[in-house]
Amino acid sequence: MNTIPHLPVLRLGRNYESLDQIEVKDHRTGEVKAAVSSVNAGIVRKDLQKLAAARAALKKFTSAQLIELCAKAGDLFLNDTLPLGDKGHTQSPQDYVLALSATSGLPHVMVRRNMQKIHHALTNMRTVLNGLTRGLDLAILDQGHGTVAGSPCSYYPTTQALGLVMPSNSPAVNSLWLPAIALKTPVVIKPGREEPWTPYRLVQAFIAAGVPAEAFGFYPTDHEGASAILSQCGRALIFGDKSTTQQYAHNPAIQIHGPGFSKILIGDDEIENWRSYVDLMVASISENGGRSCINASAIVVPKYATEIADALAQALGPIQPTRPDDENARLSGFANPKMADYIDSAIEQDLQTPGAVDATAKYRWPMNCDVAQAFQPAGSGDFRVPRMSGGLESPPNPQPGKAALQAGTAPRKVVFEGGTYLRPTIVLCDSFAHPLANREFLFPYASVVQVPQNEMLRQIGPSLVVTAITRDPKFREELLESPLIDRLNLGPISTMKISWDQPHEGNMFEFLYKRRSIERAW
Amino acid sequence: MSTSPSDLQAAQIQLDAHVREIIAWHFSPDTGSPFWLDWAKKNFDPRKEVSSFADLVVRFPHFQDEWLRDLQPEVWVPAAFKGKPFNIFETGGTTGMPKQRIGWNDYKTDYEEFSGKISDAHFPRGAAWLMVGPTGPRRLRLAIEHLANFRGSSCYFVDLDPRWVKKVIAAKQFDQAKAYMEHVVDQAVTLLKHRKIAGLFTTPKLLEALAEKINLHDAGIRGVFCGGTTMAPQYVRFIVEEVLEGRIGFYPTYGNTLMGLAASVPLRPEDKFSITYYAPQPRAVLRVVDPSDPSHPVQYDQWGRVELTTLTKEFFMPRFLERDEAIRREPREPYAWDGVAEVRPFGAMEKNIVEGVY
Repeated sequence: MNTIPHLPVLRLGRNYESLDQIEVKDHRTGEVKAAVSSVNAGIVRKDLQKLAAARAALKKFTSAQLIELCAKAGDLFLNDTLPLGDKGHTQSPQDYVLALSATSGLPHVMVRRNMQKIHHALTNMRTVLNGLTRGLDLAILDQGHGTVAGSPCSYYPTTQALGLVMPSNSPAVNSLWLPAIALKTPVVIKPGREEPWTPYRLVQAFIAAGVPAEAFGFYPTDHEGASAILSQCGRALIFGDKSTTQQYAHNPAIQIHGPGFSKILIGDDEIENWRSYVDLMVASISENGGRSCINASAIVVPKYATEIADALAQALGPIQPTRPDDENARLSGFANPKMADYIDSAIEQDLQTPGAVDATAKYRWPMNCDVAQAFQPAGSGDFRVPRMSGGLESPPNPQPGKAALQAGTAPRKVVFEGGTYLRPTIVLCDSFAHPLANREFLFPYASVVQVPQNEMLRQIGPSLVVTAITRDPKFREELLESPLIDRLNLGPISTMKISWDQPHEGNMFEFLYKRRSIERAW
Repeated sequence: MSTSPSDLQAAQIQLDAHVREIIAWHFSPDTGSPFWLDWAKKNFDPRKEVSSFADLVVRFPHFQDEWLRDLQPEVWVPAAFKGKPFNIFETGGTTGMPKQRIGWNDYKTDYEEFSGKISDAHFPRGAAWLMVGPTGPRRLRLAIEHLANFRGSSCYFVDLDPRWVKKVIAAKQFDQAKAYMEHVVDQAVTLLKHRKIAGLFTTPKLLEALAEKINLHDAGIRGVFCGGTTMAPQYVRFIVEEVLEGRIGFYPTYGNTLMGLAASVPLRPEDKFSITYYAPQPRAVLRVVDPSDPSHPVQYDQWGRVELTTLTKEFFMPRFLERDEAIRREPREPYAWDGVAEVRPFGAMEKNIVEGVY
């Protein structure tokens, strides 16, 4: 058996080994972890002509049966050893954690958290669908029609399949497409270059659970192939930055998942209590390595912006990269170091525009510096040190050490044991007009912007998640009325909290099915 | 099957003799062209110093194709052809003043020879052909029609202007490029639906697009002769297995206005869909040379830049560095000279090359 696993293209029930293969490598050592077959757009287009058969394979099941199979797949995904490729390899859950961590840079602890999220979505599919359909009797989908509250009701599928152009940033984004299977819709997946692992393992879990292999397309492909998936699937999801997604912004058949620009707003009524919310802000900015579109990327406050930026900087600035197996790891490595270079230089360049300060710089201790000795609180002693590894968990000693003299000299971009990392960055901006005020990067980054409460909703722009810390009824009413916010958390709730039955971005059921009126004589 | 040492030696002897004949022709005042006679005055008399292909490589610098753009075509007319009207063929898909090669019968010679390499089962004699690709001032258009005629067939044509395609792609007007391609393909589909056609010449991309609109075998196509752009092994496999569904004969070729036509050897399982082309030696010689020192060929199975030498009585072009790179391959029967494989634009791994549909 070849020692390197090979992930074939899954052509709606048929494995295909291409002559073109992409090597997926350990981001730190360069070791090849898998060879992934890649195909041209022509093969994708040819297979997309067979989607009716793929859908027919799923239609043989009732929704209730598919929900059961989802639950089974969820357990298999989380706990079982599953096939890995077509050369006889298998993958245990721990193998999956190691492989995904090695190639994506996510520490093990974050991979495991993402696994739990996926498992939760699959094993609670009935609840998820209940939320998406607002309690619709799913037998109506099986029969095509039925009765709701005494009225005739019919739903028809908008597509034969759901196309997915997936990212590499975080495995839990795969949770978004899982309801499609229960909704009898095959999936055609272009995996992210560094993250073929999760979609492949999910497909294997579904197949092992009893879902027909014909319902799954797994097509590592180029831009033209991705474009074919987006244009020919009837319904598709694309993930990417603004430049990638904006071309599809007005296409109702394509749901875009771009940057979230998620934010925390504190109202006038709660701003004097800001210290109570620092932990919440830190978690919202930095959980999952700051890689999610639901991570907060801006903190908007009516007062104390400088103090809040400093408190966040004290908490986040000292965080350093750790080994991937460290249970307290907070940062993710960059699978593509050029991306880290780009982000770092973009921030540095925009810091040249007057009106912004990197508040974290003075707390960014040099690598391997013992924070416990080096930490020198900047102000009143109201500081906090995040849980970190390698002796960094011990309480800080307020006596300045030798290394404290070096504070502020450490770079944002660091290389640790061969991996490239960006250390957390909090930028204090004097207004939303500053180019760094409303930005989102693939690491723990946030701006802190001082804006009068009555100006906030005019200035924040579209925001995937807004946590509004306010009890002010008038402000809450304005927030509830705002069309700029996709998910609104009222009160101190992390932006990272998600509800699969209440999607923060799009509704898969409404995307895949449309209601029609129906009248029957027989 | 590998080529025997005696075949290799015979081919080398034939090539060297041909080099002497062509040098004598082009540098003799009785038969040579104004350009080369003038060149000899300014440099050296190759008739005295070049008696083999190895000598040619040592003594001649690389041909500058700008000469084909900057000079009037008449300078290339050999004295022996004086007074005979010539065809003017232009090279590929460039913009601005094109490069031109003149000729009389070379294309007929090349394509008549090629006719012996395609099977009657795939291109039945007498059954019609369709060419979908660059016609206009290109040698290819006349060559394909001649090939069809030589086999007792006629040929339909759908034109594609590669210069326009390159222009719109370079300007990122992808919608226009797509619309134009659809326009071309639609015309071809219409012909295939309404006429009995068995043989097809087109480019790989157009072939792919055609097959998405019509089942080629059901439409009557039995053989496809293809050339024009890069065909990496996986793409070849895609064409053979998915587009032609293993039911239609496939003949990839490498060629251009300056060389003629290099045929490919039939694919064997061990080739893994890597296509190797062999020049119509001795009329043309292809070498794969080290880009940093083009006087030396690269080792077998290594990538290098393609160097073309054309040696006919109509046209002499020593050591022209093509804008292509390829893998050097060993001789393979029936060819007793080196082959070039997996040809792609030079520097393709380092930069994006506009190839478009052509």
